[in-house]
Amino acid sequence: MRLEPIATPTTARRIVPPMLAIAATFLVAAILAMIAGGNPFAVFGLILTGAFGSKFALLETLNSATPLIFTGLAIAVAFRAKLWNIGAEAQLYAGAVLTVILGTGALGLPIYLMLPLCALAAMLAGATLLLGPALLKTRLGVDEVVTTMLFNFIFLLFVSFLLEGPLKDPMGMGWPKSSRLIPEARLPRIVEGLRLHWGFALALISALLVWVINTRTTLGYEMRAVGQNAEAAGFAGIPVTRVILKTALLSGGLAGLAGFSEVSGLKGALTLDLSPGFGYTGIVVAMLALLHPLGVVVAALFVAAIFVGADSMSRAVGVPSYIADIMLASALLFMVLAILLTKFRVRRD
Amino acid sequence: MDLFDILLSASFWAAAIRIASPLIFATLGELICERAGVLNLGIEGIMVSGAFAGWIAVWGGLPLWGGVAVAMITGMMLGLVHSILSVPFGLSQHVVGIGLTLLATSLTFYTYRVVLPEVSSPPKITAFQPYEIPLLSDLPLVGPALFSQTPLTYAGFLLAALTALVLYRTPLGLAVRAAGENPSAVAAQGLSVTAIRMGAVTVGSGFMAVGGAFLTLSAFDSFFFDMVNGRGWICIALVVFGAWKPGKAVLGAILFAAFDALQIRLQQTGIGAVVPYQVFLMMPYFLSILALVVMSRRAEIPAALMVPFNKGER
Amino acid sequence: MNTNTEAQVVLRLQGITKCFGPVTANEDVSFDLHRGEVIALLGENGAGKTTLMNILFGQYTADAGAVELFGQPLPSGAPRAALDAGVGMVHQHFTLADNLTVWENIVLGVDHLSALSLKPRLVKARIRTLSEQFHLKVDPDAKVGRLTVGERQRVEILKALYRDAKILILDEPTAVLTPQEAEALFATLREAIATGLSVIFISHKLHEVMAISHRVLVLRHGKLVAERATDATNREELAALMVGSEVTAPSIETRAPGPALLKLSKVSTPDHGAAPGLKLLDLTLAAGQITGLAGVSGNGQAALSNLLSGLISPTTGEMELAGSPVKTWSARSAIAKGIARIPEDRHKTGTIADFDLTENAILETYASRFSRRGWMDWARARAFTKELIQTYDVRCPGPDIRIRLLSGGNMQKLILGRVLEEAPQIILANQPVRGLDIGAVNYVHGELAKARDRGAAVLLISEDLDEIMQLSDVIHVISEGRLSPGFARGSMKPSELGAWMAGHGFDAEAPDAA
Repeated sequence: MRLEPIATPTTARRIVPPMLAIAATFLVAAILAMIAGGNPFAVFGLILTGAFGSKFALLETLNSATPLIFTGLAIAVAFRAKLWNIGAEAQLYAGAVLTVILGTGALGLPIYLMLPLCALAAMLAGATLLLGPALLKTRLGVDEVVTTMLFNFIFLLFVSFLLEGPLKDPMGMGWPKSSRLIPEARLPRIVEGLRLHWGFALALISALLVWVINTRTTLGYEMRAVGQNAEAAGFAGIPVTRVILKTALLSGGLAGLAGFSEVSGLKGALTLDLSPGFGYTGIVVAMLALLHPLGVVVAALFVAAIFVGADSMSRAVGVPSYIADIMLASALLFMVLAILLTKFRVRRD
Repeated sequence: MDLFDILLSASFWAAAIRIASPLIFATLGELICERAGVLNLGIEGIMVSGAFAGWIAVWGGLPLWGGVAVAMITGMMLGLVHSILSVPFGLSQHVVGIGLTLLATSLTFYTYRVVLPEVSSPPKITAFQPYEIPLLSDLPLVGPALFSQTPLTYAGFLLAALTALVLYRTPLGLAVRAAGENPSAVAAQGLSVTAIRMGAVTVGSGFMAVGGAFLTLSAFDSFFFDMVNGRGWICIALVVFGAWKPGKAVLGAILFAAFDALQIRLQQTGIGAVVPYQVFLMMPYFLSILALVVMSRRAEIPAALMVPFNKGER
Repeated sequence: MNTNTEAQVVLRLQGITKCFGPVTANEDVSFDLHRGEVIALLGENGAGKTTLMNILFGQYTADAGAVELFGQPLPSGAPRAALDAGVGMVHQHFTLADNLTVWENIVLGVDHLSALSLKPRLVKARIRTLSEQFHLKVDPDAKVGRLTVGERQRVEILKALYRDAKILILDEPTAVLTPQEAEALFATLREAIATGLSVIFISHKLHEVMAISHRVLVLRHGKLVAERATDATNREELAALMVGSEVTAPSIETRAPGPALLKLSKVSTPDHGAAPGLKLLDLTLAAGQITGLAGVSGNGQAALSNLLSGLISPTTGEMELAGSPVKTWSARSAIAKGIARIPEDRHKTGTIADFDLTENAILETYASRFSRRGWMDWARARAFTKELIQTYDVRCPGPDIRIRLLSGGNMQKLILGRVLEEAPQIILANQPVRGLDIGAVNYVHGELAKARDRGAAVLLISEDLDEIMQLSDVIHVISEGRLSPGFARGSMKPSELGAWMAGHGFDAEAPDAA
């Protein structure tokens, strides 16, 4: 078997494989649903209504998409520069920790100062956390996949320590939980009475900003050049190391914002289950979006819909909600294969 | 009990060897993949599924060694998926590996829920029991540490010897190493780089799954969702630490496990009263990062690691 | 030995045709190879030589035609069939694993993969016998990564002999050798022929073809256009046959040197793995001159090229640009100081394959010319690229296509335009014509000569001694990181340069004798 690049792919070449990838994902899910004793059509129907079927469901989906947009962007930015940041989970928690430190009464600022300050601090915390692995990569050539992944475990233990020690809520009846944020540190709801907070809008704006950075700015050009071919970029005088570090700051910062938005907009306090793996799901979101920042928004909505829908589905019929995770993981694998097939022809030779 | 007492106690070293065993299996598996030129980041997920598959097979009535075989086959199937995507199609080994970890983990959890829908705590099985090797187990210190382990631990050490033997002494091992160094050299001799790499990833993944199964069939007697807990990533660090050599990788795993056993014991000493337990739990991960940093400069990394091979290309 | 028709035919190619999409790589190629015969396969880059050999080796399946080995039809698409039948090939880019030993490389793939042992002792003994018999001296236990290029080639040949090859194919074997090493190779080949070996010798170097072969086959655009007995032809005829028409290379006259634009004094750089660094090197590049750097590849060319490119800095020694010492040094400052760099590998170092022409054209100057306060000015970048395409005759549909779709020649023209547009004072051209067809070669050489004539200092690095001798006003030879004195155009014979390339003369001469 041999892969032959296609100079100018036809429209069908560009559309059919991704469609097949989505179809294959649903086929896998259908088979698994049947194994669990569910009718696949009923299962998919329930997922759909669970995600979009009511105003409540829709808002729940949008809320769930919010952190995924942030982590998806964080990973899209990093992966585009071939910085394999698998540590968005830890960076998210770092952002949340800083938000809680500043926002639980230590500072008495008005809301219009408090929120930007918390957001900025959260970005800084996330960025700092990724800077370590990025420096290890650029200085010593240590693979960042493993270091960022190991940092996830380390940082979660650190958060656990904080929640049982310095950040523990004195009124929390022994639960590992932080105090609640003061009202000035809470992101308000976009429309009063509806459970959707300004974090969602912030996520959309972030996506737009990242897109502008990618296409219009010098940094965006540099990041793409370094990601595509670091050797040629370095030869041409692009400061590769500095670009990688800047990418790390941007990526970590975006993941940190996810933590800020979750604590400040949704939960109001920090617990160890703040994120059910948003950092990892962000990888799927970014890949499904082909690392395009605006695509991240769409992919995050799709992923959130499957999660929210699967949750409500599994309560109705006996199919475990883990089917959502399987769908996403297989969508990721099918999709990278499909993208390859839009660019290459498989030859038996 | 101070540090010195701990280091001289047989139970400490017995624990270290026990903790090292799953790491040995999985590290050897990863080493084989990387020696052939493929970084297998599916390791974490493969260990999870191996742990579950072996355990559920035994719970379903198979003998313990049957469980090991089921885990091995499960891992090989997942490895095959990885190798199809990463070898002939040459997709990013980072993306494929992460995707496979997500897939294997979620498939495992899904299956668990389908098979055991109502249980709140997972059922127990009768795990491998320690087998005292006659005579050898009577030696002081070394006896209880090395020769009173479960058969699966002994199998791990045998596997390490076998892996070294195959890699360095047989044409097959030479072909695997060459595939990781310069695939064109392999292709020029009429051998199929694709077949060699796919085979290595498939077999290596099988070993990773057995590493996972050690947790449910030998170290514990049941399956928990978080039981692998980053061991896969640690094994990737151990391969680097062992400079891609089976012997050194095994030594690294034991050294690492000794530290892990030590931190567990230190938690119960005076230090443990002062230092939060999370610090002790962080140690293995910090140690792994440290290993990567220390070895980053001198390790002999396979030259073609993570470089896909497309024979039409020049 | 003469080609007599009665000698046994060992290899017969009949009507081989192979297309890749619209491109015909081989069209109806037929020839016979006899026992004890050396055939030279002559042709330019892209003439279809490599494709033909890949078909023979089962890497590709021919669309039409048949191959017969020793009277037996060769199954198509089976990589092992040719090997097992006794065909060995020494590729232009060696297929050796650096981290493995010589004997491991040689024995790779010989035994079936299910065999239980490698039997190292037997293997090494056999290698020693063979290397004595054919004068191919090499230590079986050495790691290949530590061998010189010449030694590696010996390993490749031993690999074929170890498998009892009856037919040996050599793809551009002398490209990496000094003239003396090439002579030694020919001696080995003559000895092997005497034992009945047949050889296919792929080359585009006419004097070698004349020296070693019995018959010459000329391949052009995938077709066999001529077959000559070596005795009955000459270099001029072969050159015309190979190119298809009379081609006039740009004529280049010697100029008097201008002021020194770049001066290296006692510069050293660290070794990089097997590639040596520079050893107390003195070099002056003068305005209005092409300085040629000859040498066997892997003798410090990369270090010198990286140094002038700004990728590495000297560990010791002084570097002066236009009379003032250089303090901070990076790729960016090299560009800013007016050094134009044409990299050795245009695919990996010179361009970004999936970037379009615009993005590639501004790669070196985006910061200074095409961005303002962090924002890109894409309109200007496109206009600039369109101009480059015009001026430098880059054949392409437009500035928005990915550069990977361009031919090597057009890619090189874009790189040339990118760096020459800035009217640079110093030009570093590292293997600027490797892999290009003759039209593009002449274009590139012409542009370098033009730049010299307007007063630029050009450093031409090439492994092709003919190219160096044709273009350079001054020639230096580099060997193991040391530099010979400069030799004026026409003052040295190839064999004399070859002695320097082999490392002779450096000890007698003080390094700063230039």
